[in-house]
Amino acid sequence: MIAIVDCGIGNLSSVKNAFDYLKAESMIVGTPDAILDAERIVLPGVGAFGFMMQNLREKGIAEPIRNSIASGKPFLGICLGMQALFEESDESVGVKGLGIYNGKSVRFRKGKVPQIGWNSITPAKKGIFEEDFFYFVNSYYVKPGQKGIIAAVTDYYGEFACAIQDKNVTAVQFHPEKSGSSGIALLQRWLDAY
Amino acid sequence: MLTKRIIPCLDVKEGKVVKGRNFLDLKQAGDAVELAKRYNEEGADELVFLDITASSEKRKTTSLVKEVAKEIFIPFTVGGGISSIDDIRNLLIAGADKVSINTAAVKNPSLLREASEKFGSQCITVAIDAKKINGRYEVFIKSGKEPTGISALEWAKEAEKLGAGELLLTSMDRDGTKEGYELELTQIISENVSIPVIASGGAGNLESFADVFIKGKADAALAASIFHYSTYSILNVKEYLGKKGIEVRK
Repeated sequence: MIAIVDCGIGNLSSVKNAFDYLKAESMIVGTPDAILDAERIVLPGVGAFGFMMQNLREKGIAEPIRNSIASGKPFLGICLGMQALFEESDESVGVKGLGIYNGKSVRFRKGKVPQIGWNSITPAKKGIFEEDFFYFVNSYYVKPGQKGIIAAVTDYYGEFACAIQDKNVTAVQFHPEKSGSSGIALLQRWLDAY
Repeated sequence: MLTKRIIPCLDVKEGKVVKGRNFLDLKQAGDAVELAKRYNEEGADELVFLDITASSEKRKTTSLVKEVAKEIFIPFTVGGGISSIDDIRNLLIAGADKVSINTAAVKNPSLLREASEKFGSQCITVAIDAKKINGRYEVFIKSGKEPTGISALEWAKEAEKLGAGELLLTSMDRDGTKEGYELELTQIISENVSIPVIASGGAGNLESFADVFIKGKADAALAASIFHYSTYSILNVKEYLGKKGIEVRK
């Protein structure tokens, strides 16, 4: 069972629709027990960093997510779900992320913000990522402290980390659930890899 | 590099896709769910769904949105008659990724601020219907029925400040005419805001797409009739743009 974490606001049904299409059993959950019971965790997220972290903490699910990651459970973060893995974000100064990795999210300084649309990604290391187009909607992007976790990069007025992969943790800044057949294929590779 | 987007639009009335000219004279153009599936398969970069009668008749579109959302795996924007935070929440829950707000944004600008704070700017698109009156682009609301006297450029800048994440800019003069996008309007707005602009109204041939990206500086181009009636496929448009050196997703 895949637990799709309900962190307050966002189109969770599209993530669920994508897993339904792949015939992978998933559930939208928002309680500590459901997260601890799940075999895999998907943390999607749109909206503001501070609002999301506040929601995760108020629901008491920030710690269960951290513990699940520490226990080696397959984890996939999408968009804000990637940013949440790091220490903080310039979007919501003073709010702590999950702090699994060093680094923080910063705002794009050039071009139209948010970046909205399909951008190409380039793999940075061996893993589940391939050269392809994915759909992005983001004003902020992660600057990881450890470069070794970066799995793919994208160019938007400069290169940024659009995906990380480290042991059981995978996270993407783009939206695989909104990236047509490319996104569906990536989710299938994630299911196959873990 | 971020690619230019090609976005088919479904104008929906009573569950059926319709298409008019200059916002009038509506004709049926097919079933919403079937067309959405077709565009998803043909490589559309997004899909826009507008309930064009909702603003004046207050119709809710949630159930059709749910049906469409289950069939497509590309970004899905829904507009028409959205006037409150609850309307937005319901559409996002039904499967919309973004909502497009028109009349209510003009009448109640604080809705934009509240909505972007709650749901994030990325899911708040402001739709602007503009018409040239005495050499100046003016905003019209209520499906183009009501003039506001507001300058389209000033409103575009204001909408950005209030938290819009994107603008869907329709030229009422060009809507359904197939004469090409209103390049001057698109360029003025696109160069004066720092959020993406989707150009709409007037797509007629392949050149109109190249023009709206190169001369109009648009970030995305929306079209309805030429796709509904298969005058061109989305692939035709993308191949043409690729040859013109415009980056598109293949």
